[in-house]
Amino acid sequence: MHTLKKNLGIVWMLLSPAIVFFMLWQAFLRINEAAPDTKANTALQWSIILLVFIPICIGFFMFGRYAYHGEYGYLPQSSLEIQDEDEDPLDL
Amino acid sequence: MIKQQIPKEKAPKGIGFIIGASSVGTLIEWYDFYIFGMLATIIAKQFFPENSGTSALLSTLAIFAAGFIVRPFGALVFGRLGDIIGRKHTFLLTLVLMGGSTFLIGLVPGYATIGWAAPLLVLLLRLVQGLALGGEYGGAATYVAEHAPAHRRGFYTSWIQTTATLGLFLALGIIILIRQWQGVEAFSAEWGGWRFPFWISLGLVLISIIIRLQMSESPLFSQLKASGKTSKNPLKESFGHKANFKMVLLALFGAVMGQGVVWYTGQFYAQSFLETVCQIEFLQSRNIILLAIALATPGFVLFGWLSDKIGRKWIMMTGMFLAAICYRPIYSYMLDETDTTALLKAKSYTIGKPNANSFRTEYEQGKTISYYDATITFNNGITAKATVADSLHASSPSDYESPDQEIQQGVTVMRVQEKVLPPSGFRLMMLLVFIQVVFVTMVYGPIAAFLVELFPTKIRYTSMSLPYHIGNGVFGGLVPFLATLIVQFTKTTENPGGNPLAGLWYPIGVAAVCFVIGAVYLRNTIDRNVMD
Repeated sequence: MHTLKKNLGIVWMLLSPAIVFFMLWQAFLRINEAAPDTKANTALQWSIILLVFIPICIGFFMFGRYAYHGEYGYLPQSSLEIQDEDEDPLDL
Repeated sequence: MIKQQIPKEKAPKGIGFIIGASSVGTLIEWYDFYIFGMLATIIAKQFFPENSGTSALLSTLAIFAAGFIVRPFGALVFGRLGDIIGRKHTFLLTLVLMGGSTFLIGLVPGYATIGWAAPLLVLLLRLVQGLALGGEYGGAATYVAEHAPAHRRGFYTSWIQTTATLGLFLALGIIILIRQWQGVEAFSAEWGGWRFPFWISLGLVLISIIIRLQMSESPLFSQLKASGKTSKNPLKESFGHKANFKMVLLALFGAVMGQGVVWYTGQFYAQSFLETVCQIEFLQSRNIILLAIALATPGFVLFGWLSDKIGRKWIMMTGMFLAAICYRPIYSYMLDETDTTALLKAKSYTIGKPNANSFRTEYEQGKTISYYDATITFNNGITAKATVADSLHASSPSDYESPDQEIQQGVTVMRVQEKVLPPSGFRLMMLLVFIQVVFVTMVYGPIAAFLVELFPTKIRYTSMSLPYHIGNGVFGGLVPFLATLIVQFTKTTENPGGNPLAGLWYPIGVAAVCFVIGAVYLRNTIDRNVMD
């Protein structure tokens, strides 16, 4: 199970930039295809989606990275185990 | 299966009041949030003038930003507040903000009266609604969980889980009642009945505030405060500490993102699919949804209770797995049951008399064509409104006084809409929606207890609110938009309608990934001690 958790981490890390690329590509296509009177609105919709989903995808990449490094091999049994650590989560 | 035995504690006195007071407030917040979405067409007409690019931008912001940006932002703002000043005062504040902004939306004059101030005011109030909703749920779930004994935490918090569905039920019920009572025209006027649901909110919120004022602070938070151990910076502790941050990510990708899409597909996409793809008439499609929700709602409490016996994880994962494998067959069945294309081709229908004043004659390409609207009854019992073209028969309504077989065969049905299913079709459709809502109750019933148990008391409000609102607001809230977009991909010149089932790949994909992550990474245990 531990190996599976680690190997799946690679999948999540690869999936994350693939999703970002797909969304950017779709945003580009949809905004270009939009009729002139709806172009600004389509651009706004896609901007909001990208603004929200790109950080989520970065979080998904970090999840994959943690999984790959075995951070989920052991899940804390008590809240005490997860509150006193003082590490930078972005320190990958 | 749970290996540890959870010791049985006595429920604190007044737990019924605690659950009731928390749930009623949350229910009202959901009611407030939903009525805006359900009345979106009228609101757009009253506040956002047609044929205006700026208006469309403001409308988009009101819909998108309130759900996707402001909700998670509200989770951060009010989560932080709840972990610093306490649960009680924070979710009292969110209630006041939500109720106040809802009531005020009902008072904003239309675009015809105050011009651009109307959409700007509505946008501002809608953003306040999103902010308040982001802070409410985490507070209510935390408050109830921190009062509940360990062996009944799933059961007690499941009552909070019923509120989102009951809020939808209440909003839909009130809108239908007022619409039926006033008639469509009076309901949609500038100061018409559509404003009543917004005004009703004020009364509901006042009652809820009075109830909540009588509540005391959560005992766990009071203990922390008395010992001076409350968090000074919950945001930093929740997301700045790797040990906690990785649990936030696990909660989001291993549970809440799947729960969000299952919920929005079962209750919101199903309604939109019935109305726009299956083309079922407004009232009947809503009756189907309302009945299915009413019958399935006890499932929230049932699965919350069951999660105290066998753990939270596998109930939620089973719901996600079943949703992922059943959506395609369920929606395909819904489509087949209401599809009248084959019956139209085979002329297996009867057309009634032309509706009054609908008869019109046009001269096209050297031929006189008569158009009229009439009720069409298909041989499988479905009735609908049809627009009929007739180029063979006399162009006078009197010829249709008693339509005979010859006339029936000479006409072309141009368009069929507002289908009404026979009782057997209604029951079947309700069953198909009911099954989806059961999946919702499986993934949603135990989730409050699951989230509460994942994070420590002093940063619980902040830590659980953000993944919850990203999962539901973003992943769930985008189901209609992304599903429609995926259907667009399938449109070709040969098949201009596209594949109406293609949109399901989004919720299926997210639920499937979430199922794999949850099944592999989550533990199926119940945290006995949430006091740490």
